[in-house]
This record gives sequence, C-alpha cells and structure tokens, in this order.
Amino acid sequence: MFAAGSKIDIPKYDWSWKGFFGTYDRASAQRGLKVYREVCAGCHSMDLIAYRNLENLGFSEAHIKAIAAEYLVPDGPNEEGEMFEREAIPSDRFANPYPNVQAARAANNGAYPPDLSLIVKARPKGADYIKALLLGYVEAPADKDIPEGQYYNQYMEGNLIAMPSPLSEGLVEYDDGTEATLDQMATDVTTFLAWAAEPSLEDRKRIGLKVILFLFVLLILAYISKQQIWRDIK
Amino acid sequence: MSSNDPQGYKKTLNSPYTGLKGWIDSRLPLVRMMEAEYLKFPVPKSLNYFWSFGGIAMFCLIGLILTGIFLGFHYKPSADEAFDSVERIMRDVNYGWLIRYLHANLVSFFFIATFIHIFRALYFGSYKAPRELVYLFGLTMFVLMMGTAFLGYTLPWGQMSYWGATVITNLFSAIPFVGDAILTLLLGDFNVGDSTINRFYVLHWLLAFSIVGLVVFHVITLHMTGSNNPTGSEPQSWDETVSFHPYVTIKDLNATIFFFIILAFVLFYYPNILGHSDNYIRANPMVTPAHIVPEWYFLPFYAILRAIPDKLGGVLAMFGSIAALGLLPWLDTSKVRSCLFRPVWRICVLLFAINFFVLMYMGGKPAEGIYVLISRIGTAYWFLFIFVLAPLVGFLETPRQPLSITNYLKAKKA
Repeated sequence: MFAAGSKIDIPKYDWSWKGFFGTYDRASAQRGLKVYREVCAGCHSMDLIAYRNLENLGFSEAHIKAIAAEYLVPDGPNEEGEMFEREAIPSDRFANPYPNVQAARAANNGAYPPDLSLIVKARPKGADYIKALLLGYVEAPADKDIPEGQYYNQYMEGNLIAMPSPLSEGLVEYDDGTEATLDQMATDVTTFLAWAAEPSLEDRKRIGLKVILFLFVLLILAYISKQQIWRDIK
Repeated sequence: MSSNDPQGYKKTLNSPYTGLKGWIDSRLPLVRMMEAEYLKFPVPKSLNYFWSFGGIAMFCLIGLILTGIFLGFHYKPSADEAFDSVERIMRDVNYGWLIRYLHANLVSFFFIATFIHIFRALYFGSYKAPRELVYLFGLTMFVLMMGTAFLGYTLPWGQMSYWGATVITNLFSAIPFVGDAILTLLLGDFNVGDSTINRFYVLHWLLAFSIVGLVVFHVITLHMTGSNNPTGSEPQSWDETVSFHPYVTIKDLNATIFFFIILAFVLFYYPNILGHSDNYIRANPMVTPAHIVPEWYFLPFYAILRAIPDKLGGVLAMFGSIAALGLLPWLDTSKVRSCLFRPVWRICVLLFAINFFVLMYMGGKPAEGIYVLISRIGTAYWFLFIFVLAPLVGFLETPRQPLSITNYLKAKKA
C-alpha cells in the first residue's frame, strides 16, 4: 500500500473475480490451465498446486487422474534403495520442469523462471500486471540497448526481461473452440494463475457477506439496547 | 475491627454470597472483585466513543491470541519450511485462510485502535496525575506490541519478512562496543537464518503473553483512579457516574461491532491491502527487494530513524520518540487536563496527530530529497512537542475553567 510504486503505468483490466460477488470464470481458468501446461510449464513450476486442486476449477476426478498421468514425478527410494520416476497421481504437486534451481538457471541463460503458484499475489499490480506483461512485448525504441538473452517489454521494470514473448496468435488449440487470440490466452492464463494464488477467494467473499450482514443486524440490536439503557441518563 | 480481635477482622473478609458462589468467593474473592470492578464500577457518564478503544484493543488482543494458537498448530518455524507451512495453512487447513488473514489483519486493527487510544490519552490529558502509571503501562504495552508485531512479521519468511528482519536487527549493531555481540545473540547466527526464525517464534509468543500480563496492570491502575473523561474533571458525586455494566458495556459493544464491521470489510474483500506483495515471494538471501518497507504501523518511527543521518543517532531517536512520550505526565505543566479547555495546547496536540500521519507517509517513501527534509521537520516537531511545548504552553497558556461533568453534559445538550 505504501510501497514506492513503479513509474510504469499498468493498464487496468476487467476480471470476473473482482467485486463483492466475484467468482473465477471457470471456462477461462480451464483454458488458462491448458495455456499453462502447453506454454508456461516448459520453464515455470507451480510447486504449491496439486492436481487434485483442479477439482475446484470444475474438472472431474477422472479427468484430473488423466491429466496427472501425463507427468512423471520423482519418487523413492524403493525397496532396492533406488530413486525412480512414476506417473503423477492427483495428490502430487504439479511436476517441476527442472530438478532444481541450478538446472533451471543453466537452461535459461542464468535467469530463474519464478514459480507461478503465487505470482499474482506476489506482484503489486497482481493480475493486471501479469496480463500486461504477457502482452507487453513491443518493438524496442531504437536507442534502447538490448543485451544478449534479454527482451524488451514495456511493462517490465527497466523494460528488460529474460523471458522471450511466450504467447503468439493461435499457439494453443482450445478444447471449447474459443479462438486462441493473444489477448484471450493472456486473459485465460492470468485467470488460472489468479485462482492458483488465491483459491479461497470465492469462499472468502461468500462468507464475508454473511459476516458483515450479521454484524450489521447485531449493531442495530446493540444500538437499540443502548438507547434503551441510556434513556434515563441525563 | 479491633487489633486484638483477629477473628473479627477475618470476618470482614467473608463473602457476602452464599451457596457455591459464596464457597468460591470466600476462598478466591473473584466474584466480589468482578462485581466491584466490572459491574458496579463507577464511570463518569460523560464518556464519548473515544473511550471505547481500550476495550476494542483488548478484543483485538484476544483475537490475535486465539488465531495465533490455531496458526501455531500448523506453522513450522524453520527457514526451509516456514513459507510452505504458511501456504499449507492458506490452502489445505480447514478455514486456514480465514485464521491467517484474521491474524494478519487484526494486527493492523490492533494498531489502529491503539493509536486512537493513545491520541485520546493525549487530547483529554488522561496521562496526567493521578493516572501516570496507567499511561506508562500503556506505553510499555505499545512498545511490546511493536516488538511482537515485528517478530510476527518475520515468521511467514517471505522476502519482506527476511529483509525487514535483516534491516531492523542490524540497528542493534549501532550500539557501541556490545552491538555486534547483541546482534549475534538476537539472530543466533551471524545472519538472519534458521536459528533466527526459531527464536523469533518463541519470542513472538513470549512478548504476546507479556502484553496480556501488562493489560492486568494497566487495568488495575486504571481502576484505582477511575476513568478520565472529556472534561478532565473528576466526578463530584454518584450522580455524575454510571455503573460500568450495563452502561459502558453496551456502549463499548456498539463501538466494537462497528469497528469489527470495518475489519470484516478489509479482511474479506481486501485481505492483502495492508501487507506487501513481496512477502508472497519466498525469502531469498541472494536477492534484495528494490524497496524494503516496514509494515504501515512502523512507518512514522521508520521515518524518524531515517531522518537522523547517523545510524546510532537514528536508533536513539526512534526509541527515544516513544520513551520521551513517557515523560509527558511530568513535562506537561498545566493544571488543566482536557484539550477542550486548553486552546493553545489543543492545537499542539492536533498538530502532533497530523505530524504522525505526515511521518507515516514519509516512512513509506525512499529516503531522499524532500522526503528526508520533511521527515526531519516532523521528527523535530515530535521532540519539540514533548520537551518544549508541553512545559512552556502549560506556563504561558490561559486555560478556560474546566466544566463539571454535569455542566458539560448540559452545555452539550443546549
């Protein structure tokens, strides 16, 4: 709230989960998962999310099992004392693209692709920033010096980012027939990441409304009692 | 009771109650105490809603301890596991997100209530004789609160936790000769690390319960003198008082519910607005955040720290700013308590409050240029207010004749 803000203006977008009754757009988040799996997951882990959590996004148990089974996760040691790999099950966390931080750095010119589980809550402008960043790859000004392995992004602090533009028109093929425009993919994956960062948001808003209404009724009763009790005090 | 009849004296200690109540009360005089201190206790009937914030702060403290206990069931104080255990609470523990957000936001609201409570004490002269000890216990609790909040903020082990802990503990190295030794003792290591989080967790609990202990002393001393009130005049008859229950309890209940509606609004719709997004990034000793900013309630004191160009001087000024407030009962020379009847001092106190917010804003800005200059002016006013204005205004000002409680209420009606 009081942090010295960035000087770059981040555009404001409309999100389905804003406001008192906001909920995550399930269809969008499901498409976002597909973008994550086919594009982001090549480099970015999501350590805090388990496959079983996808149930909250409206996936069936069988579907989740099938998704998990597409990944291999390390396990062990087995009875012979060997580490081994096996197909993931719903209770596993999302498979990590790299065995460790060093491997991730080695594969990415020394830059570490951050874990995306909390990324929407870990940036001051949250979802707006993530979507803007994904769409922020524009032509660099002629006088800007772009070092090897860096890319120009108008919304990145300092305008240099180690991640090449991850999205391009029609990059994924959506199961529901939605056209995979750049904007659509950025919106969908941001919705998915917002859900991943704060899966309790819907419960929170629903309970919040009840709590506040309850407190208001209680306040009215307390106020009437107070008027009664203080009536004779001059 | 006569001195040669010890049994007669003892009889006066007998409980007025019968049955189980009497049985307990004659062995542990709790029932009598509760009745005297919380049912019949006379309170000036002119109290306004500023007087509700002590009770509100107490409810915040109770809420913090309860949520803290449940968080403690699941939290792991270790550099490797702390961050993940907090996320586990947020995601996998039943209503864990509610308990954690409540704990995190209650702290902020505890500080809001306490700031208003302290302002009340300054504005209506509650710190003046005979309530000096009430005030001093209060200020001591405020210092402990800041310590507890600081320790607690390190526990999620995010980037701001880690770097905030590094910056603040480093202040101790400014102490001449023994500074480094104290720092090592505090951290349990040469850097903020695994042993630090372990002892900070223990100290977080210890300080929290020390506050509870001091609440007892705060209330005992308060009940010896009775509450101050807007006029600053002591009640002259029973007629100018009401009993604590039900008059004050119902009033405080109204204020508390209203306060918690605001808390609920923040808690359920903007639970992270008072926090810092960097704290959702796992602590990383290799990466320093661009701006290390303490929690909002520390910002005025952070501004004072940075206003002084010398490290040791800054630390002394920061701690001194609160310690100096403790001298106010003796530095304020006025016979009149309440600002309602002190036209000049009233302006000084209001300026002090505005200055507090100015310093809060400056504490959140980078320490450069105009921000440092304004922080210095603000810091200067803080100490000027206590050491110069308090004694001087008391001498020079001509206060109005304070109204009695009855006349004050009459005037308010008219």
